[in-house]
Amino acid sequence: MRAFAALLERLAFTPQRNGKITHLKQYFSATPDPARGLALAAITGDLGLKAVTPSLLRGLAAERVDPELFAMSYDFVGDLAETIALIWQPASTTTDVPLPELVDELTNTPKSQLPARIADRLDTMSANDRYAYLKLATGGLRVGVSGRLARMALADFGSLPLADVEEIWHGLTPPYANLFAWAEGGEKPEAAAHAPFRPVMLSTPTDLAALSGYDRAEYVAEWKWDGIRVQAVCDQGTRRLYTRTGDDISAAFPDIIDALDFDGTLDGELLIKRDDIIAPFGDLQKRLGRKTVSRKMQESHPAHMRVYDVLMWEGHDLRALPFAERRGQMDQIIKTIDQPRIDLSPLLDFATWDDLAALRADPPDTVIEGVMIKRRDSPYLGGRMKGPWFKWKRDPMLIDAVLMYAQRGHGKRSGFYSDFTFGVWDADALVPVGKAYFGFTDDELKELDRFVRNNTTETFGPVRALKPLKVVEVAFEGLNRSPRHKSGVAMRFPRISRIRDDKPAAEADQIQTLRDMLD
Amino acid sequence: MSTASGLLEIRPEGLYCPPGGFYIDPVKPVDKALITHGHADHARAGHGAVMATSQTLDIMAIRYGEDFTGSRQIANGTQTVNDVSVSFHPAGHVLGSAQIKITHKSTGTAVITGDYSRQPNPACAPFEPVPCDILVTEATFALPVFRHPDPLGEIARVLASIEAFPDRAHLIGAYALGKAQRVIMLLRMAGWDCPIFIHGALQRLCDYHIDQGVPLGDLRPATIDRGKKSDFAGQIILGPPSAFAATWAQRFPDPVICFASGWMQVRARARQRGVELPLIISDHVDWPDLTQTITELNPAETWVTHGREDALLRWCELQGRTARPLRLLGYEEEQD
Ligand SMILES: [Zn+2]
Ligand SMILES: [Zn+2]
Repeated sequence: MRAFAALLERLAFTPQRNGKITHLKQYFSATPDPARGLALAAITGDLGLKAVTPSLLRGLAAERVDPELFAMSYDFVGDLAETIALIWQPASTTTDVPLPELVDELTNTPKSQLPARIADRLDTMSANDRYAYLKLATGGLRVGVSGRLARMALADFGSLPLADVEEIWHGLTPPYANLFAWAEGGEKPEAAAHAPFRPVMLSTPTDLAALSGYDRAEYVAEWKWDGIRVQAVCDQGTRRLYTRTGDDISAAFPDIIDALDFDGTLDGELLIKRDDIIAPFGDLQKRLGRKTVSRKMQESHPAHMRVYDVLMWEGHDLRALPFAERRGQMDQIIKTIDQPRIDLSPLLDFATWDDLAALRADPPDTVIEGVMIKRRDSPYLGGRMKGPWFKWKRDPMLIDAVLMYAQRGHGKRSGFYSDFTFGVWDADALVPVGKAYFGFTDDELKELDRFVRNNTTETFGPVRALKPLKVVEVAFEGLNRSPRHKSGVAMRFPRISRIRDDKPAAEADQIQTLRDMLD
Repeated sequence: MSTASGLLEIRPEGLYCPPGGFYIDPVKPVDKALITHGHADHARAGHGAVMATSQTLDIMAIRYGEDFTGSRQIANGTQTVNDVSVSFHPAGHVLGSAQIKITHKSTGTAVITGDYSRQPNPACAPFEPVPCDILVTEATFALPVFRHPDPLGEIARVLASIEAFPDRAHLIGAYALGKAQRVIMLLRMAGWDCPIFIHGALQRLCDYHIDQGVPLGDLRPATIDRGKKSDFAGQIILGPPSAFAATWAQRFPDPVICFASGWMQVRARARQRGVELPLIISDHVDWPDLTQTITELNPAETWVTHGREDALLRWCELQGRTARPLRLLGYEEEQD
């Protein structure tokens, strides 16, 4: 438990992903099975312990501490588990109970006996262990490690291809002893589970200049829809919906799961579609990141899958076939599935690359963010970064904005003001419209940092308010209406694309320019 | 034995002793001040006369210049000031720190702790319990969540982190008076005998500690010659927290930001400061030591100042002790 507690502490305070990976790798190599696998599952939220509730914890505290002193402490600390961990009477001697023993106990102790059992454990732990134990028990670790990052650490730890780890990941269950054995030189575990995730095929950005070097006849093109890339699997009755990084989002999309009435693995784009209208990305966002979704939400925001490719069908692995052949089968497959929620992404009709450029510049639907270009003869190659598929996105939207606030960055950038809030003019006042953390070069970062230090009007904690002097060009991928923002709009993927020292602040854009971009 | 009415009172300038005609740690310039220790919220420049330990007087001169006061008087044994006798006793907080005991024959004895700590501190003399009728105690960490761990355990975490990240510099934020020297001494006790690099703002107070017999070892200025950034990989650098917000931190390779403070016990505090490795090292009493000190000295009255008064008052109430808050103005949240 002590090592696990120390790991959680370091992860929680380490901002950069490489630092987190280092901590995880060191923990994996220093910790035996099954503790390391249980820790991994706890961190990625796959442990599935019966949740110990906040009210159970409050009850424990009330038995030991004066309620007024507890209230004052909780008020100061701001986190229930942390308050209890700190306020608990320290043990005269502490025991380092193995993590598996604690997990087992939390899993198998009858609910009525749980409070007393937890109190006994707290009595023999150090404060740091108490904190980790209570976080483990309540299931809210929140150390900023996604499933994807954990798999990266594991791949790195065993020098394994990440795509291979992702492919078998969903077939495995904690404590992942076979996975660690593989990482340490043993045999690769079978992807034994039903409905496993298969690494998705990625595409490389391109543009007209690059495309003109290729023979148009060898390629097909289709729209790139602005939803999220998903993989839908039905394997002997087990149905799953995965993101492109292999996170299981089935629970948030029961409407899609219902429609997976087949045996196979499809690749496509998840969208919100009402009748014939594809809704903007913001509508889809409302359904993402949920553990459950209400019937009402399913009716107001109906999910839809637009299919790009087929990987498995009725027991056959189609990935080695040329794209043209898979595509030929897909027409039939979609007809067989016969679900209104699932349709096929149409191929585009174009004779030259210039034709395609014209289509791309003026797509028939605003929920299209560009075109995908695929070699007719390409097999489905999961996980490779550079391959025979290209994406050619619409040019980003641009505005000129004025820097308003700056905050220091983390890690390599700690000490630099690198997080910026920018705004545009609404009559005579600047209204903030977004935040950008990237887009600039290291030299530009230094220049911006110097600007911040020399032009601060006020500081609020870590934030500095700036004189309205610096104009930057902000590029972004799309715009949503947002009642939560004062400006009424929210940008997608904003970044600082250029510093406009040639432009006086008064000539930065007006809010109306953004509003005009909305439709 | 009387209540202290008459021995101490609150004035806008701070805590005042009418029969002695002096203030203790006043927040504004006054004619005569007794100063517990050299931290800025206790020791201010511009008084007519200052009485303090010789080390506190030295430290004030280092921080404010030789003309920080009209006249100085070194605390030495029991001295008489007007009608009261005054003596200074080690507080275990920082070098030169003292509790001040004042006695008046008709009103009894009060001890003003200033800031104090009961953890062993190799950079200063240990706290001495002084019996009294009125205890005026600080309450910086007066919440039951504050239990300072063994500081050597915290130092071990720094050394483990250097092992985990040998290419990164470890930057430890520590206040210039007391905390910096204590962290250096703890590193030495843990076996770190490489040079330790220090920010310019720590130099004079570190030199003074060495003069006073605190063996800080090999200290070097944390300056970088052109192109030598990588020299700081795997090294320990100490600076005042204010320097971390400035361009100073940029000169070190991919630094691990550490901060040595009692406030680091609370995660939200550490996160707020952007700290990657929080080190719970405090120069103040934690909750167990604070309540234990009150129990041990068993004063007729406990006056609480300078921190989280409410929780300590509640504790006194539960213990059946007489206590009152001294809501002194002019002290910000204690730096530690
Ligand atoms: Zn102090
Ligand atoms: Zn103080």
